[in-house]
Amino acid sequence: MRHIISVWLENAAGALARVATLFAARGYNIESLTVAPTEDPTLSRITLVTRGSDHVIEQIIKQLNKLVDVTRVVDLTEGVHIERELMMVKVRAEGTMRAELKRLTDIFRGRIIDIGHTHYVIEVTGDSAKLNAFIETLDDNTILETVRSGALGVARGRKPVASS
Amino acid sequence: MKLSGAEIVVQALQDEGVDYLWGYPGGAVLHIYDALFQQDKIRHILVRHEQGATHAADGYARATGKPGVVLVTSGPGATNAVTGIATAHMDSVPMVVISGQVPTPVIGSDAFQEVDTVGITRPCVKHNFLIKRVEDIATTLKKAFYIAATGRPGPVVVDIPKDITDPNIKIPYICPDTPQMRSYNPMVKGHVGQAHKAVELILQAQRPMIYTGGGVILGEASQTLREFVALTSFPITSTLMGLGAYPGTDAQFLGMLGMHGTYEANKAMHASDLLIAIGARFDDRVTGQVAEFCPHARIIHIDVDPASIAKTVRVDIPIVGQVHQVLSDITTLLRPQRDQLSQTTLDAWWQKIETWRAVQSLAYQPSDTVIKPQAAVEMLYQVTRDHDFYLTSDVGQHQMFAAQFYPFDQPRRWINSGGLGTMGFGLPAAMGVQQAFPEATVACITGEASIQMCIQELATCKQYDLPIKIVLLNNGYMGMVRQWQEFFYDSRYSHSYVDALPDFCKLAESFGHVGLRITDPADLEGAYREAFAQKDRLVFLDIVVDPTENVYPMIKAGQGHHEMHLSPNLTTERELA
Ligand SMILES: Cc1cc2nc3c(=O)[nH]c(=O)nc-3n(C[C@H](O)[C@H](O)[C@H](O)COP(=O)(O)OP(=O)(O)OC[C@H]3O[C@@H](n4cnc5c(N)ncnc54)[C@H](O)[C@@H]3O)c2cc1C
Ligand SMILES: Cc1ncc(C[n+]2csc(CCOP(=O)(O)OP(=O)(O)O)c2C)c(N)n1
Ligand SMILES: [Mg+2]
Repeated sequence: MRHIISVWLENAAGALARVATLFAARGYNIESLTVAPTEDPTLSRITLVTRGSDHVIEQIIKQLNKLVDVTRVVDLTEGVHIERELMMVKVRAEGTMRAELKRLTDIFRGRIIDIGHTHYVIEVTGDSAKLNAFIETLDDNTILETVRSGALGVARGRKPVASS
Repeated sequence: MKLSGAEIVVQALQDEGVDYLWGYPGGAVLHIYDALFQQDKIRHILVRHEQGATHAADGYARATGKPGVVLVTSGPGATNAVTGIATAHMDSVPMVVISGQVPTPVIGSDAFQEVDTVGITRPCVKHNFLIKRVEDIATTLKKAFYIAATGRPGPVVVDIPKDITDPNIKIPYICPDTPQMRSYNPMVKGHVGQAHKAVELILQAQRPMIYTGGGVILGEASQTLREFVALTSFPITSTLMGLGAYPGTDAQFLGMLGMHGTYEANKAMHASDLLIAIGARFDDRVTGQVAEFCPHARIIHIDVDPASIAKTVRVDIPIVGQVHQVLSDITTLLRPQRDQLSQTTLDAWWQKIETWRAVQSLAYQPSDTVIKPQAAVEMLYQVTRDHDFYLTSDVGQHQMFAAQFYPFDQPRRWINSGGLGTMGFGLPAAMGVQQAFPEATVACITGEASIQMCIQELATCKQYDLPIKIVLLNNGYMGMVRQWQEFFYDSRYSHSYVDALPDFCKLAESFGHVGLRITDPADLEGAYREAFAQKDRLVFLDIVVDPTENVYPMIKAGQGHHEMHLSPNLTTERELA
């Protein structure tokens, strides 16, 4: 099953490498991983998306918790949560296609953030499935380049998750 | 007090109570070596190869329970240490390895003798650090010792760039307090609710089995274990790493379990309806085919590391905590209810076990023309049983024969590399043990292949007068490899014959030691007695043993505990059941 996991860790040199090494060494898969400092600048927060049986996910969480630099691990999939990913797509935009692309972007509540004579850059946010759907509506010839941030997640409700 | 970085390193080690340091100098650590030269509290032992330093510190740590400490230079010094670091990591041994690094301004420039030590060791340490400021040396070393020795112990590497130890930059030194780390809380206390549940299962058990491991020794819980086992009168088995935590000579002890475990231990595992796993990690050498593992048993698992629990085998009652605490909780809860255990049920279980024991699965064909390796270990036991005795081992058949035929009655007396299985471990580990206990009798059991992997340490033994006894079971083969080739590759002995062997006696003599070669079974006891009487000399016993002997029983890959292969001299027909 697909899991989205939040990891808080010391904002120290090598801390991210420990997480990456762990996944590589133990053969766990990483679908996406994003990292940035938190409101407490001494801590970073990773959101990672992985897949595995319940048994594998349990081991992933235990092994992450074992890393000395990690202060907290939360499997967001266990509760109700919101997931967002940002994507920017550079597309060929010529002639009649320009209006069509604008219409599609609106349907996906995206924005055109760069315009040239023959191209657009379109920004779309949403869960990963929505971004996939947007890509699918464009034909391969149209897409010049895509970049995605990887998923971010947060639990629903007012209560924040403690970082340690 | 103002100190340079190098002096802070040495002072911090002194404040930590470090008495021995195993190391090898080089450019990046010369400032530290200079500071070491100017003090006399810490004794530095100069090894002949950095792998030897790590194994020696490891042997010291396993024998004493205190972290072993190592000092190596950057680049090749650090890479040579990696095998020893990984060895300690696999067996959860507390160790602090200080490595020199190139100066901070040139890190990342492929400078002379630069390697990314923190990167190379990351997967085989409990934690590691790269220090970037003189001000951080004392607190980092404090953290390193704290992390190495607490919770599930393990090696910690501290990489120190040369400019940080510059003798001309001095700062005030204050010994830091035990660190508070928000991200590291090893002080877990076992859940009392779980202990209650465990007691419930124990009281219902009809065919209970206690399976203990290295965690009992690492957690100093040998005494607590003995009380628990006595209270229950349940059968007990141990992994290779747990031997000695419970007396090997006691009738409740069924011997080691697993791939080369006894018939009775493995059969009892397979038949049990309650497995009480204590400080053991369900290693594949122990479980065999996981799908076949203890098919009838509910499982209680006590371990300080949550990641050890349910890693390979599902468990019913996980209890995360220190063995001694959890086990004494359970014992206290159980004691007043002890008579609820049905004695008749237990007696029936023991009767069954005795029929398995009667198979005598370790029996071998004795000989008076050739020395059997098993007989060599049995005789070693007879000669040393009254000594204050420690046995280290290398890796191979000799290691298994020692585990099977030398009953250890005390913890920390059997010192071997189980998880990584590192040939070359035995001799340097024995140096660490002998250093820690100068009055004790320390022997290293080894094979002619293993001993050559760290043979250079014979010089270290000479320099520091370490009267170790080397018991070489010389079968002329990488016996363990040859055995697998015999079983699984139709006896195609591809590169497992150890050709062009040195004359080990002359070799030992050339290092300034005593060498004895024994070929006749009749001479064995005398040779041992002669060797162990030489209290202040290293004696190298080159014992020529049967080259064809195999280790039995054996569970082959993909098989369960009930599918053991017994020695061809035996048949299961001897089973009385
Ligand atoms: C040639 C060869 C053959 C082998 N054959 C066998 C064999 O037949 N049988 C066998 O048993 N092994 C065998 N081994 C060894 C095997 O590879 C493993 O090293 C061994 O089985 C692991 O032992 P363990 O489960 O006791 O774990 P250890 O590696 O000793 O781990 C200890 C466990 O205890 C936990 N722990 C540590 N401290 C505490 C504490 N204070 N409180 C609670 N828990 C704690 C740790 O978290 C860990 O889970 C062989 C090795 C070699 C090289
Ligand atoms: C460093 C290392 N290399 C290879 C192995 C694989 N290996 C395991 S046992 C063994 C043979 C050991 O031979 P010897 O020391 O003579 O012991 P014996 O089995 O003959 O008693 C080998 C090569 C290992 N465990 N460690
Ligand atoms: Mg051999």
